[in-house]
Amino acid sequence: MSTITLAGKDIARTDDGFFEDPSQWTEDMVPDLAKSEGIEQLADRHWVVIRFMRSEYLTKGAGPSVRALGKSSGVPIKELYQLFPKGPAKQAAKIAGIPKPIGCI
Amino acid sequence: MPGIEKVSIVISKGSLEGIYPGLIMANGARAEGIEANLFFTFFGLDAIHRKRHEHIKLATVGNPALHMATWLGGFPGISSVMTHYIESKMDGIDIPSIPEFIEMIADTGTGLYACKATVDLFGMSKDDFVDQVQDIITVGEFYEIAAGGQIIFT
Repeated sequence: MSTITLAGKDIARTDDGFFEDPSQWTEDMVPDLAKSEGIEQLADRHWVVIRFMRSEYLTKGAGPSVRALGKSSGVPIKELYQLFPKGPAKQAAKIAGIPKPIGCI
Repeated sequence: MPGIEKVSIVISKGSLEGIYPGLIMANGARAEGIEANLFFTFFGLDAIHRKRHEHIKLATVGNPALHMATWLGGFPGISSVMTHYIESKMDGIDIPSIPEFIEMIADTGTGLYACKATVDLFGMSKDDFVDQVQDIITVGEFYEIAAGGQIIFT
């Protein structure tokens, strides 16, 4: 576990960088979180994915895998990898302050 | 300890259970941000063959883990029935069909390659393969592409 300071709050994260407590997340943390994932410029399409991850987590209790993201977010898989080159579901989950999505496909 | 950054997976078998694990591992690698390549050789080429990849069958002969009598596995139609059964189970947990999986894997940025020796042996050409296949390459070229990463043979 490690702690970082975002928007004036101390945030506890897992060793691989996911929020321990997703309720601590606020949208103003997104630019800094994205930067730590190597995403300097946030485009509207990044926001579509980040907000989708967040709402899936809040309604279903877990974030979607890449396949589910490609099927239901409105952003196709090819574009997802262009937006989040280091793994769309994983990176977007970190930025959206939710746990790592589970699932093999 | 640094994590795995790159994998190159060889798919050498043309049965359903011979193809899926390599596809799942490549796709899973990309989801983790790991660079991935797939190299199809021997009967594994059926996975990227335009006409054959919709008709990949489960091997029902010589597969004791199916827990059915050996003589039954060779019975006409059994392979199709078992394949249909397992495909419906896969569909239930949202595992894509092989053609859809190949398309999806190409979209993740995985490199797809066919083995030149086998292509020559079977008298095939690039036209026999789906568009997602980037190239027909020699084993030497495969090692060049795989350089600096892990190689997994399936």
